[in-house]
Amino acid sequence: MLHTVNKSPFDNSTLQTCLKFARRGSAVLLIEDGVYAAARDTAVSKQVQEALKSVSIYALKPDVEARGMQNRVMDGVRLVDYGGFVDLVVEHNAVQSWL
Amino acid sequence: MPIELNGQTIETDEEGYLANRTDWNEDIAKEMARLDSCDLGENHWEVINFLREYYEQYQIAPAVRVLTKAIGKKLGAEKGNSKYLYELYPYGPAKQACKYAGLPKPTGCV
Amino acid sequence: MSEENAGGVAKKFLYVNRKAPYGTIYALESLEVVLIGAAFEQDVSLAFLGDGVYQLTKGQDTKSLEVKNFSPTYRALEDYDVTKLYVEEGALQARGLSESDLVVPVEVVSAQRMAEIMEGQDVILSF
Repeated sequence: MLHTVNKSPFDNSTLQTCLKFARRGSAVLLIEDGVYAAARDTAVSKQVQEALKSVSIYALKPDVEARGMQNRVMDGVRLVDYGGFVDLVVEHNAVQSWL
Repeated sequence: MPIELNGQTIETDEEGYLANRTDWNEDIAKEMARLDSCDLGENHWEVINFLREYYEQYQIAPAVRVLTKAIGKKLGAEKGNSKYLYELYPYGPAKQACKYAGLPKPTGCV
Repeated sequence: MSEENAGGVAKKFLYVNRKAPYGTIYALESLEVVLIGAAFEQDVSLAFLGDGVYQLTKGQDTKSLEVKNFSPTYRALEDYDVTKLYVEEGALQARGLSESDLVVPVEVVSAQRMAEIMEGQDVILSF
């Protein structure tokens, strides 16, 4: 399963909810304001690091760059471009868009 | 009304501002001015270039009050006043010069 | 409003910014209202709380997103005589940010001080 999260983790509980239901081996793609969860040294970075032990986490590069977060992405979170987004969708059996 | 120039059609909005800022070049500015019966001299260009630099730096076309003050800071008090700028651009220095500079209508102008 | 000003009555306006810049339109709308409102020559302050602090981060690059990067416009606020920018300290800390990560000079204040600033206003516009 591929999960996408498009809300800021500081403004909304979408990321927490997603991580609660994301099973081991699934993928989480952070898009739009969701990419703020990929930053180091924040109030949610520990939680994201913990999640990285069981799920793959990606962040959409154009959204990361637009928000000036390109130099703050934590180790373990992988950046993908739009092509990579499509690849992730194709690789997984289903997509859950957490809104 | 689109502008016809050298066999090309350049799109504008209903008030004559460029639809695509990247279409701009000096010939378009001259043509826009010609259509307003305005002959662009060195002093006109100084304002146009100032506006283009301002947009490049801040991503906005400044309101007339801000333009006047900023011109004064950069080019001196004899140019940073309404009288001087309105003589150059009788339709309103910010509005008219922004149009020739290929910028959107200044934020705050109705 | 300019007639009121002629009588010397400038009101204290506070714009409260709580949203990140590109996910929603609030941040850009707020900035445009501030720029337009500046013509009325009131006593304007801007507050950045929560995700609102992300509006001011350095390094924003929207080329791939194909939307306008409006972060440079905050640096023009000074030309519009808008110089009082308050940022909540806790909001920066929670996001791993510091004052040097922001595109404009701001005053970093505690939540308590921010509450006092809000209390002292005539008009508050929240985005």
